[in-house]
Amino acid sequence: MAQISSIANEQTSTPLSSSKSITLRISRFNPEHDGSSRFMEFSVPVEKWTTVLEAILEVKKHFDHSVAVRYSCRQATCGSCGMIINGKPRLACFTKISELNSDVITVEPMNNFPIIRDLAVKFEKLFDTHQKIKPYLIRDDTELVSDEKEFLQSPEEVEQYIQFANCIKCGLCNSACPTMATDSSFIGPQALAQAYRYVADSRDKGKDSRLKIIDDSHGIWRCHFAGSCSQVCPKGVDPAMGIQLLRGYLLGFRS
Amino acid sequence: MKESTIMKIHYGTALAAVALVAVHILMRLMGGFAESLEYENVLANYKFVPYAAMLELILILLSVHGFNGLRVILLELKQGRIYEKSVSYGCLAAMIGLIAYGSRTIIMINMGLV
Repeated sequence: MAQISSIANEQTSTPLSSSKSITLRISRFNPEHDGSSRFMEFSVPVEKWTTVLEAILEVKKHFDHSVAVRYSCRQATCGSCGMIINGKPRLACFTKISELNSDVITVEPMNNFPIIRDLAVKFEKLFDTHQKIKPYLIRDDTELVSDEKEFLQSPEEVEQYIQFANCIKCGLCNSACPTMATDSSFIGPQALAQAYRYVADSRDKGKDSRLKIIDDSHGIWRCHFAGSCSQVCPKGVDPAMGIQLLRGYLLGFRS
Repeated sequence: MKESTIMKIHYGTALAAVALVAVHILMRLMGGFAESLEYENVLANYKFVPYAAMLELILILLSVHGFNGLRVILLELKQGRIYEKSVSYGCLAAMIGLIAYGSRTIIMINMGLV
């Protein structure tokens, strides 16, 4: 049993014998006890392939196990480890320390999300707004019944929305959005991009109901087209473009 | 009213105001800017009905666009049902008030009350 444990440790930990080390500044905040957040600094050994998430896990393993961080897949697929790294929203598992070109790495929880503790934030609002725009195909028939045909699409029709289907719901776009910082009721770039994903899907028939949902005083019109959502997306989704294309439907330029 | 309808009005008034304000500025510059601000010239402009109608239109366009812009800014600043209703109706009232006050000036001059 002890042998299995040591093997697991070897696989998950950066070797402490590394020649280079960086200072990792982690924002600590527990809403139950603390009035404001504070930074704790740790000297962490790194290799050129070490990611920010690995450095945080190194801190948890060797220095302070109480650091709260959410993570799962470690390959930019689950969207769990979003945080502010050196001032910019990024996925910790997808950000190598070597690419930051700094010996001091500061990690903070994402902006525009309530903090659970330290680097972990609540995703309820993100999932609520995502659910609100009906993120599924709306139509009366189904391709699941055997006597129905599958819904065919041409490559051009797929091209209309496919980049928006890459969203992993990490929340980095909402964290970067300046409107979300002031308007707590704003639906947000993540949900708006997903609304476009389904509106632009040739198989979907729910365009009118989705456009009605986003055509609200805190809906699509509150976007100022800062474009920061598109800049921070780790999956190459362009929510700012999706929002402009959606506006085209509402203004009558697209049908 | 649907937000998309309000925003269509918002964009439309902006485009129309840019065009009409450009005409207004050109007309001011044609006769010399300093002279155009003289009391008699201002009165004459108001009495020239086509020009007064254009000024009235600019007033309406800018008031609608400006107060809707203010409403949007205030809605982003703070949220809440009562607050949002107050802002929307407050901006509408202010817009109507400003248009009425500006129109009153033009009407009074044309009626020879000034």
